[in-house]
Amino acid sequence: MSAWMRSGLVLLAAWPLGACAGRQSALDPHALQSADILRIFVAFLVVAAVVWIAVVVVLAVGLWRQPSLSRHPLALHPPFERRAGQIVLGLGIATVLIVLALSLVSYAGQRSVFAKDPNALTLKITGHQWWWEVSYEADSPHLSFVTANEIRIPVEQPVRVQLQSADVIHSFWIPSLTGKMDLITGQQNEIQFTAKRAGVYRGQCAEFCGLQHAHMAFAVIALPQDEFKRWRDHENQSAGSPVDPLSKRGEELFRARGCALCHTVRGTLAGGQLGPDLTHFGSRTTIAAGTLPLNSASLGAWLADPQHIKPGNLMPQMALQSDELIAIHHYLEQLK
Amino acid sequence: MTLVAQHSELHDDALDGLQLSTRLDRIWRTPSGLIGALTSVDHKVVGRRYILTAFVFLLLGGILAILMRLQLAGAEKHVLSADLYNQVFTMHGSTMMFLFAVPVMEAFAVYLVPLMVGTRNIAFPRLNAFSYWIFLFGGCFLWISFLFNVGPDVGWFAYVPLSNLQFTPSKRADVWAQMITFTEVAALAVAVEIIVTVFKQRAPGMTLDRIPIFVWSMLVTAFLVMFAMPSVMIASMSLILDRLVNTHFFDAAAGGNALLWQHLFWFFGHPEVYIIFLPATGMASAILATFARRPVIGYPVIVLSLIATGFLSFGLWVHHMFVTGLPQLGAALFTANSMLIAVPSGLQIFCWLATLWDGRPIYRTPLLFVLGFVVVFVIGGLSGVMVASVPIDTQVHDTYFVVAHFHYVLIGGAVFPLIGAVYYWFPKISGRMLSERLGRWNFWLAFIGFNVAFFPMHILGLMGMPRRVYTYTPDMGWDRLNLLSSCGAALFAVSFVLLIANVVVSVRRGAPAGRNPWDASTLEWATTSPPPSYNFDRIPAVDHREPLWSDTESLRVVAGLSVERREVLLTSLAEADPQIREASPEPSIWPLLTALATTVFFICTIFTPWAVLWGTPPMAVALIGWFWPTGSREDEE
Repeated sequence: MSAWMRSGLVLLAAWPLGACAGRQSALDPHALQSADILRIFVAFLVVAAVVWIAVVVVLAVGLWRQPSLSRHPLALHPPFERRAGQIVLGLGIATVLIVLALSLVSYAGQRSVFAKDPNALTLKITGHQWWWEVSYEADSPHLSFVTANEIRIPVEQPVRVQLQSADVIHSFWIPSLTGKMDLITGQQNEIQFTAKRAGVYRGQCAEFCGLQHAHMAFAVIALPQDEFKRWRDHENQSAGSPVDPLSKRGEELFRARGCALCHTVRGTLAGGQLGPDLTHFGSRTTIAAGTLPLNSASLGAWLADPQHIKPGNLMPQMALQSDELIAIHHYLEQLK
Repeated sequence: MTLVAQHSELHDDALDGLQLSTRLDRIWRTPSGLIGALTSVDHKVVGRRYILTAFVFLLLGGILAILMRLQLAGAEKHVLSADLYNQVFTMHGSTMMFLFAVPVMEAFAVYLVPLMVGTRNIAFPRLNAFSYWIFLFGGCFLWISFLFNVGPDVGWFAYVPLSNLQFTPSKRADVWAQMITFTEVAALAVAVEIIVTVFKQRAPGMTLDRIPIFVWSMLVTAFLVMFAMPSVMIASMSLILDRLVNTHFFDAAAGGNALLWQHLFWFFGHPEVYIIFLPATGMASAILATFARRPVIGYPVIVLSLIATGFLSFGLWVHHMFVTGLPQLGAALFTANSMLIAVPSGLQIFCWLATLWDGRPIYRTPLLFVLGFVVVFVIGGLSGVMVASVPIDTQVHDTYFVVAHFHYVLIGGAVFPLIGAVYYWFPKISGRMLSERLGRWNFWLAFIGFNVAFFPMHILGLMGMPRRVYTYTPDMGWDRLNLLSSCGAALFAVSFVLLIANVVVSVRRGAPAGRNPWDASTLEWATTSPPPSYNFDRIPAVDHREPLWSDTESLRVVAGLSVERREVLLTSLAEADPQIREASPEPSIWPLLTALATTVFFICTIFTPWAVLWGTPPMAVALIGWFWPTGSREDEE
């Protein structure tokens, strides 16, 4: 986007706010696709602004000018009526041309935004009420793994995301990277994007999906190629065995107290499928699908009463003694 | 002109003045008392009730909007719980769309169309009464359910599978779906009445090209209702069947299809927007002509635009589904079609601008609202062109940008002209003028409040705020704009308080209106304010598109209708040549009883399929009572 366009847009959008840049903003593109869409948007915005100003000016001038003295309502001037008719018709034709031009601009943009690159990295994302299951697929099964709510991608490489739903319809949306695409029950959709810069981009479910629709966010972390590869190799490994006694107790309790019925920690006996995979939980940045930043305090609060933080979510409040809670807490934190 | 009298009964050509009006009133009057109120089939009585009820629902929906604005005024507020918030936004949308916007437009038509085409009552007046009762009961059903914590919480378009039994095991989704059935039955009934009234009951001489633009807009709207509403009724009924007897229409696991719901819903849902918007443009045209002191420029252009909009509105529904993974080229065609609808809408606006350019505007409240409408609606129309583009839509779909867009279209495009219409026709309906001073305050508060409330939402959407989130975290940076929006909403709410105050005060103490306070040109202004039960002493004869402006001394009339029984004059479809005198039904309790039986049937069927078995006989009995032959003169001949 050219500099003047950007500054014009910022000026327009920034009227009541400090800046339009944000972690989750369509006005702050960091991918080829979102930049394309913003360009089309600005083109439409300019046309719309010109049309609106023209209408308001014509209206204002029409009201301001004082035509002939008051007369009988039916005493019309045929030449004026004729000319008015011609002008209306002319404007109608102009409208047709404008919308046809905009349709073409839109279609051209659509082709570039939805262009498919066969060499893209493929991810599979499954929407759940109210979290995201992320599978990294690879040719050999031992290179495929599952994680949740946090998607790491290599920068400057096309990423193809296959979208499906385990329950109701959700919508996958990272405004800084590209537009949204629905996850529809019984159907698989696809979306593709190429991040231009490394960074953390927030995304959020955009289709109303029930009680906690508001708390179904995720993060996309774009990493330089080599860093991504390192992360992928690490993520693909099973969880390391806990070393300190407190973590060891935590691991036992994780199974004994029922956590393992829903959660998987690869490399341990915990193999539940209902909740997010927690194999490398400790290395994530947020908790409960972007609801809270992951730190010691938020994890403690979550384990103590998940229903208080995200009412209605499927994780029940476990009756844990405080020492049990501390042990599980410790165990989860060291799952880096 | 006198129609040949064939019987020995007394006709209105034999009487004059007070004698005539006394006799007409005796046969057309709604009986007084409770029985009268429950049996009335007078389109004015029913229309007034319809308008009032719709405005009560507007008020209720508005209170919900204020609750939402309180909750969203800052990050992580706790005014409403997640569960209540989800019910509140669903109730807000459902109430505004199904219990306010569509019914209020039809209500104005029920009141005004018979007066504007110069007849004594609407076609099928008992169906009209039935329609009102069904609408009232459906609305009460929804709101009483809400008060008992069974309010729907699946959004006003209730997407499956979220609204399937598996994910909404309570009765909440059924309440929503059955409310649809109620309101659509009511709307379809009115649509039929409007079409027949306009086609067959126009005053002699009111050829197709002399029909007032508002009546044209309602005629097109009625056709939209007839073609669009069955789609959502099939959808809602299938949903109820899925939930009640496991039919699996929308269950992907059993071979159903989740997207089928969206197609059916939006095939209705998009024309729905025009069902609300077209009557409003008709109101705008009527108000504009009166206050610009000249006929609207481009009558044929406007009428053809209305019809074109009607047709095009059925080809846009897919633009609500651009992010469901449809084939790209197909989606692009719907982009072009969606944008094309800007052409007829644009043509109407150009005609209005030209009219104002030539006219000598008199700045009374109704005109202010129409001017505000043009300024605001154009923004909504242009943001509509934006969301019609597939790439742009992928960013703004289901965000506050779209919330801003459709409120600009629906409030700017429909509520502004509607409030203008209230100021414009209130004198006709009540016989008294609304206060102009309060009216100006009302307008400016509404105009400023509306824009402050909704413009920031465009930016919020682009900043990534999705719709239907009950809260957001402070670090999203959305709180300042949301607070601004909530302040605007408060101003906007005050403007409605002023409107209510104005109506309440003026209905008792307003200046008497007289027949034609605005010196307007259409037939409803030819009779007294409020109009007598029989509307006109004698049926007007029309020889001009603006009858009251062309006939300054006295309106030409036709005579020959009975003064001993209710009769209306039927005329031919295109030329409005007088054809026959037709009996018009007397008051009856059966529409109410039928509506009650229907209500019991509708409500019970969401609980047990057996209600179909025992719920239908009472309806059949009521209908037999309704259609029981009474041996009218017409039947004997």
